[in-house]
Amino acid sequence: MNTLTKTETFELRLYVAGQTPKSLAALANLKRICETHLAGQFQIEVIDLTKTPALAEDDQIFAVPTLVRRLPEPIKKIIGDLSNEDRVLVGLDVRPVKA
Amino acid sequence: MKKNMHPAVKRTPPTLPKAPTGITGLDEVTGGGLPAGRPTLVCGSAGCGKTMLAMEFLVRGAVEFGEPGVFMMFEENAAELTANVRSLGFDLDKLVKQKKIALDYVHIERSEIEETGEYDLEGLFIRLGHAIDAIGAKRVVLDTVEALFAGLPNHAILRAELRRLFRWLKDRGMTAIITGEKGEGNAITRYGLEEYVADCVITLDHRVTEQISTRRLRVLKYRGSAHGTNEYPFLIGERGLSVLPITSLRLDHAAPTERLSTGIARLDEMLGGQGVFRGSSVLVSGSPGTGKSSIGAAFAEAACRRGERALMFAYEESSAQILRNMRSIAMDLAPWVEKGVLQIHASRPTLQGLEQHLVAMHDTMQAFRPAVVVVDPISNLTLDRSEQEMKPMLMRLLDFLKQQQITSLFTSLTTGGNGTNAPEDSQVGVSSLMDTWLLLRNMEFNGERNRTLYVLKSRGMAHSNQVREFVLSDSGIALVDVYLGADRVLTGTARVAQAAHERSAAELRLEEHESKLRHLAAKRKAIEAQIAALNAEIEAEEAEVRFAMAQETVQEGLTQQNSATMAELRGGENTTNQRTDERKR
Repeated sequence: MNTLTKTETFELRLYVAGQTPKSLAALANLKRICETHLAGQFQIEVIDLTKTPALAEDDQIFAVPTLVRRLPEPIKKIIGDLSNEDRVLVGLDVRPVKA
Repeated sequence: MKKNMHPAVKRTPPTLPKAPTGITGLDEVTGGGLPAGRPTLVCGSAGCGKTMLAMEFLVRGAVEFGEPGVFMMFEENAAELTANVRSLGFDLDKLVKQKKIALDYVHIERSEIEETGEYDLEGLFIRLGHAIDAIGAKRVVLDTVEALFAGLPNHAILRAELRRLFRWLKDRGMTAIITGEKGEGNAITRYGLEEYVADCVITLDHRVTEQISTRRLRVLKYRGSAHGTNEYPFLIGERGLSVLPITSLRLDHAAPTERLSTGIARLDEMLGGQGVFRGSSVLVSGSPGTGKSSIGAAFAEAACRRGERALMFAYEESSAQILRNMRSIAMDLAPWVEKGVLQIHASRPTLQGLEQHLVAMHDTMQAFRPAVVVVDPISNLTLDRSEQEMKPMLMRLLDFLKQQQITSLFTSLTTGGNGTNAPEDSQVGVSSLMDTWLLLRNMEFNGERNRTLYVLKSRGMAHSNQVREFVLSDSGIALVDVYLGADRVLTGTARVAQAAHERSAAELRLEEHESKLRHLAAKRKAIEAQIAALNAEIEAEEAEVRFAMAQETVQEGLTQQNSATMAELRGGENTTNQRTDERKR
């Protein structure tokens, strides 16, 4: 059961550096996890740092891929290709749909 | 042979291109700076000055060598760093605005980070690359990259990425400093960064010995370049870091022939009539109260009079005390201080270690650029110091002074009470570094103690071998000839008495001669009178004789006349003889 109220939307940003296998894997993993556990409650914005390098400093990114949960607060960061679903959910503070 | 050798010397292998740090002394130790376009590891324990060194490297690079730099920090943020280096006189805000420096704070908070799956540090590369491109940087500092180890649990990824990062910096031609925390035991760094940064490793150290702390720097490794291997003391002063190199000591300073007055006319006379050479060093040693400080002050004052700058380092008296005390021997230093041509730096020698003192002296001299430096006394700096430790330090100082053509005077307290146990024996090590050595001694004789001075040595000039009495009075400093008595030199009242004695003896002799002359004159008169009397006597006798002769002539004439008359009367042919016979008969 989802504990979140309907008004709460997850604003997620995925920082990648070009179309590397790691970043493609991360995006695929993220989409899958969100659709499974946060259906209709998420927004994903992908930021390619090779195109907007200034954002790396502004958003304190040093590793890629990095997933940032901007909302709800507090800000959370998950680094890596998001291949471990359980850890991603812990990182996002989301209770899995299937218990 | 010789012909072949010269081209060989010129054909030295091309030395590694180097990026000067601009840090006092460090470029000497490293033979020109850090390896250009390569990373250098600077490591040491907490608070040893890694960040300061890295920052100064960056700031001087941007300001003095036209090489902008990126400072990427992992531990303190930009505001903290800016505040910290402001104490060194670096205005980071301004440099950032001028696009000479870029600051980037990489904030890693372990608790905010979740790690899952594969990743790399491309974000860091992008940030760094972006900052480098934004200002056209040539230099990079990573301070300290080890924070990543604490923030990221996957060290295998991290190590691979760091290796890639250093490679990447090299490929981009960045002269970089990577700082690292000293590891436990013999480890250079806690996480073994030296494994990745192999070109140049500098270690910093902060040690406390006998309650005096000293920072030391050592170039552990410098691939492809000769470098000083010793530990060099360094100081974080008001104008940044100063490293005191010693093995870069070269004996190639110029030897000017210009001479400087010591401020004491008679002393100049003793030193070949013209004083000491510019850029030379003078040691004035003596037991307590022999007037060393006064000579030092006179030396400094003479420089001020010539219109040069003088710097005095006082380790026994405060500057106010010096001003007052020198006034008592008619030397007013205050106007020079006010004019800014004389600086007196008074401090307790125990305030900091000898190294720090010397670094501080360097700093002060480089800021003030004096022509003359007086250190009073050098012996105080060397308290509880072995000569071995002391000599190299002094050598560094003298080398610096000579290269800057600063004429220096050091006073030194000798232990030999009133000069009886040969003060020459003390400070042999120190004195061999000095060009001129003046020795002050107390002479105790005749119930008083007097100061004497002589020139023990003075390189490159004819100098007096005479002992002079050194007189300090309210009319100033004077050197007076001593009197040689039976088997000792006479000073003080004995000298005055001897002088008086000699004066009266001379007067007496003069009188004697005059009376002799008078006597002779009288004698001459008497003799002349005698001569006159004798002349008169002779004249009288002569007159008598002449009278007798005249008388006789007259008588003879009369007799002849009578005979003739008588013969006539006799009518005969009687001769005179006949007549005589007759008369006899």
